[in-house]
Amino acid sequence: MRRDPRALLGLGLVALVLAAAGLGPLLWRVGPEVADFMAPLAAPSAKHPLGTDDLGRDTLARMLAGARVSLLVGMGSVAGACLLGGAIGLVCGFLRGWTDRVLMRTMDVLLAFPGILLALGVTAALGASATNAAIAIGLVNLPVFARIARAQAMLVAAMDYVEAGRAIGRSPAAILRVHILPNALSPILVQASLLLASSIITESYLSFLGLGVQPPTPTWGNMLRDAVGFLDHSPWMAWFPGMAIFATVLGFNLLGDGLRDRLDPRAARGA
Amino acid sequence: MRAIAGRVIALVPILFGLSVLSFTLLAMVPGDPVTAMLGLEASPEAIATLRAKFALDQPLPVRFLAWFGNLLQGDLGRSIQTGRPVLEMVVTALGPTLLLAGAALLVSLAIALPAGIVAATRRNRPADFAVSLVALCGLSLPSFWLGILLILGLSIAWPVFPASGYAPLLADPWAALRHLVLPAATLGVALAGASMRMTRSAMLEVLPADFIRTAHAKGLGPRRVVWRHALRNALIPIVTLVGIQLGQLLGGVVVTETVFAWPGIGKLVVDAIFARDYPVVQGAILVTATLFVLLNLATDLICVALDPRQRGGA
Repeated sequence: MRRDPRALLGLGLVALVLAAAGLGPLLWRVGPEVADFMAPLAAPSAKHPLGTDDLGRDTLARMLAGARVSLLVGMGSVAGACLLGGAIGLVCGFLRGWTDRVLMRTMDVLLAFPGILLALGVTAALGASATNAAIAIGLVNLPVFARIARAQAMLVAAMDYVEAGRAIGRSPAAILRVHILPNALSPILVQASLLLASSIITESYLSFLGLGVQPPTPTWGNMLRDAVGFLDHSPWMAWFPGMAIFATVLGFNLLGDGLRDRLDPRAARGA
Repeated sequence: MRAIAGRVIALVPILFGLSVLSFTLLAMVPGDPVTAMLGLEASPEAIATLRAKFALDQPLPVRFLAWFGNLLQGDLGRSIQTGRPVLEMVVTALGPTLLLAGAALLVSLAIALPAGIVAATRRNRPADFAVSLVALCGLSLPSFWLGILLILGLSIAWPVFPASGYAPLLADPWAALRHLVLPAATLGVALAGASMRMTRSAMLEVLPADFIRTAHAKGLGPRRVVWRHALRNALIPIVTLVGIQLGQLLGGVVVTETVFAWPGIGKLVVDAIFARDYPVVQGAILVTATLFVLLNLATDLICVALDPRQRGGA
């Protein structure tokens, strides 16, 4: 990966966003919810480097706080879906039979919804909050992980060394852990990086529609929602949160592509 | 024929699953639509009467059976907010959505096909890297932000196109087109990223084939070889792509329609969620998901028709 400039750029962008989310609020010590009533809708200046919103809240402080929320929701949804979907897929691919049929048909039903629509339905059902947004996005990602893990498990389960494991009397659980899981891991990780990108976008959609994280907690999506009312007066309110989403998603996409090229040389030839 | 029948039959459990899921999801909604309609100060009797009218006082399985029975007869219930039949509202909203999705697909293909072909024919040269980078940027661009930027540029700073709204195509084609440009560009550009990558890799599979070398050898010009011979054989993944994209558009329109106040199915769903109008949310999500599934089936069938190799084995 060291020789792949795209992956390096991706890594740099992701590191920058992680640093901003982790350290930013410690370095830029303005509260994201503190209103400067003297300066509503202010243009970028020394005091407010990225301007302020309609309530006079500092855009930079809100972007840094929003980075934490957007990343946490994105990562939480991918991690949950990866663990649960990965487990479902491995078990289905290894056991086959009825378990496989029932679970995979359920996954097919989830896949039959356009992602954002499923997420909307779930947040509508559970109520709008950060946790529920993560659950909704996780549910969209779940079948993707289950399918990849299942295909990988089926591939590995047919190998001679798995047969040998059976022959020496290893239990199915031990075979799953020792042989199948480690060999199925790399495509799952590549997918996790790419799905992180799409999950951050979906989170911003939900927040933008008012169905994700609720104000006053800032997210990049709900900052853009606030900006829509002031486009002709304060366009910068819309520039910066959008750029943050774009840079973060681009970072994870570049990183995911780089990982895929490295871990799966077959894909590298075509892409 | 058996392959086709098999795929159609496989749809039945999926469609049933879709209806169970759409129903269960919305039955879990916190907050009662009746309270939303009558306000917090309504009398318990009035609330009970209205709950009985919408069968909200029945147990969940009973409500599901009644709802499913009606569904099979094409009855999606009535909107709690407006009292109109849900199916009628969904069908009305589907027109603008399909218009927008079709226009966005054209924009996406108009960008992606030439760009993908250029990248594949100049593999590993600057043009290829440029296309790959642009494609990845397109994939990473949140479409609603692109929409906002287009409004900032082309409606506010330089007022060429209206920032929001819709005009019916048949009544006033000129106004309809002017309203269509920004939302279609927003969705189309956002989609073009994935299409560019798909076109490029489909062309890369075909270009080294023997029949391409033969076409070159018999003296055909490079343009004719690429457009007539290579592209035609790269068509199957591209048709698949169009199918997938139309499906993605059905989801992607949700946010874009909200940004541009476009009266399609996405805006209908979002507005209904805020109004706690469950029958409309349920109906719209179910119809969209069903369309999505049918589109995927149609894509599969077209691919089978295009590729004789898939007919025998599958």
